[in-house]
Amino acid sequence: MSAPLHHRGVADLARALAAREVSAEETARHFLGRMKAHQDLAAFVSVDEEATLAQARAADAALAAGGAGALAGVPIAHKDIFVTTGWPSTAGSRMLADYRSPFDATVVRKLAEAGMVTLGKLSCDEFAMGSANENVAVPAAGLDAVSPVRNPWDRERVPGGSSGGSAVAVAAALAPAATGTDTGGSIRQPASFCGITGIKPTYGRASRYGMIAFASSLDQAGPMARSAEDCALLLSAMCGPDPDRDSTSLDVPAEDFSRQLHASLEGLRIGVPKEFVGEGVAPGVRAAIEAALAEYEKLGARRVEVSLPRTELSIPVYYILAAAEASSNLSRFDGVKFGHRAAQYKDLAEMYAKTRAEGFGDEVKRRIMIGTYVLSHGYYDAYYLQAQKVRRMIADDFQQAFRDCDLIAGPAAPTVAWKIGEHGGDPVADYLADVFTLPASLAGLPGMSVPCGFDGRMPVGLQLIGNYFGEATLLNAAHRFQQATDWHQKTPEGF
Amino acid sequence: MALNSSDIARIASLAKLQLNSDESERMLTQINGFFGLVERMQAVDTAGTEPLAHPVAAFQDVTLRLREDAVSEPDDRAANQRSAPAVENGLFLVPKVIE
Repeated sequence: MSAPLHHRGVADLARALAAREVSAEETARHFLGRMKAHQDLAAFVSVDEEATLAQARAADAALAAGGAGALAGVPIAHKDIFVTTGWPSTAGSRMLADYRSPFDATVVRKLAEAGMVTLGKLSCDEFAMGSANENVAVPAAGLDAVSPVRNPWDRERVPGGSSGGSAVAVAAALAPAATGTDTGGSIRQPASFCGITGIKPTYGRASRYGMIAFASSLDQAGPMARSAEDCALLLSAMCGPDPDRDSTSLDVPAEDFSRQLHASLEGLRIGVPKEFVGEGVAPGVRAAIEAALAEYEKLGARRVEVSLPRTELSIPVYYILAAAEASSNLSRFDGVKFGHRAAQYKDLAEMYAKTRAEGFGDEVKRRIMIGTYVLSHGYYDAYYLQAQKVRRMIADDFQQAFRDCDLIAGPAAPTVAWKIGEHGGDPVADYLADVFTLPASLAGLPGMSVPCGFDGRMPVGLQLIGNYFGEATLLNAAHRFQQATDWHQKTPEGF
Repeated sequence: MALNSSDIARIASLAKLQLNSDESERMLTQINGFFGLVERMQAVDTAGTEPLAHPVAAFQDVTLRLREDAVSEPDDRAANQRSAPAVENGLFLVPKVIE
């Protein structure tokens, strides 16, 4: 007897759908039912059953006719930072609460072309700014009020962020896969907090067209799913040059990231930065990471110590650069072309200021303020330019480390998921918790999080960082680990 | 160097954000808290280091493309204006700016 549909991964579902063992419509109905039954988790912000079922029926027709896409009929849900024509696109913000996009993001389009069926849109921190999904400002699907997204491993804890809804949807088996975006760790950290697998590719691999922009030199899309094998299939469908739509999209051909999943790890050099396993890491997290590294040694890999000496500096560098880019990107929200507009104002200037005051939440305003300041006359060199220079030093540190290793490993975050409200509105506490994901973001390197154990009842994620264009190596290392362990197959009780 | 409340007012004005007094005060404390972290970054000797914008440029040459200056988009005005707060005859409406 096969596992229930919701416990089957992308690869398995794609095989079953292609063999017509199950229909796309039946699969979509099953997941729509699960979403409804678990809407208290607040993972989804918009659901449209009819739109989903129409896509599912189209997939069934394509499967019947032959020549369907490789992932035909497999459901996926999209982080609500990707614009979609069929569902509202809110970025988790009051500013865009009623926004309907006239086009689909390239990533959404590519996954639809592979035959995937959209289940709906997933909660995220407003404009992807946050590490706990506590900054969402629009109500979840089926709920009247704005509610924090809940971690299915412990409903009193955060799911991580900013792709918190994506991580919860996969962890609670409400969707076999989800898209996420990662600017400073927003795929890797929630994947770690929810015990799932997620990968952010090299900056420039996936098109940013139709990803509501936060920090354009950092934003990257990637898949979140239950295994490295599934992530490889999804990433292969998502990536590829988009020269007419995204000026930073790299001119490197699409790849089959599954091609070396099974390769041996014999002789693979895994670099462990000494800064990633020091004092600041919770003992339970460190123990899980050490056990994972020992497992890799059993698989034939060799552990080497490396150093990323500017790890802590990545916090100020990132929060200066990301804020600067955000302040520029978010200047488009002026109450004229789309989105919220204040009801009362005496002139254009007041319309802008009131519209933005009403439309943006606290964290977004803070980052716009920091960004505006560091770009302002007299401060640009001292802050923005200095941060860009240290950014290069951080990227160079990685190249130094990669002389001695093939990939880098460490924790995705210093702790497991914290309690909802625990950081008590102290933004700096959230910023500090991003310390292990920010360096790879600044360098534009591919990175992933792989479930590797628990600290108490909460999952721990092993972060793997590859060199530029090294996604296939990362996925190979993750897949072999998942062949030898079953951490990725653990599900929270009741799901 | 800590910011003061008049800095906050100046930045809010540049950023076109209306802040009430409670918000301004909270913003001042939180932003100063953040700039406490930034001091270490400012102390780094970056003489001779080039700023990095496109991260992959740290690894290989990256040239930003320009596309052909040719019409490639269809007229989609109705769809593009569907989410606009105020539209009339295909035009975006804003408060009067010229008397």
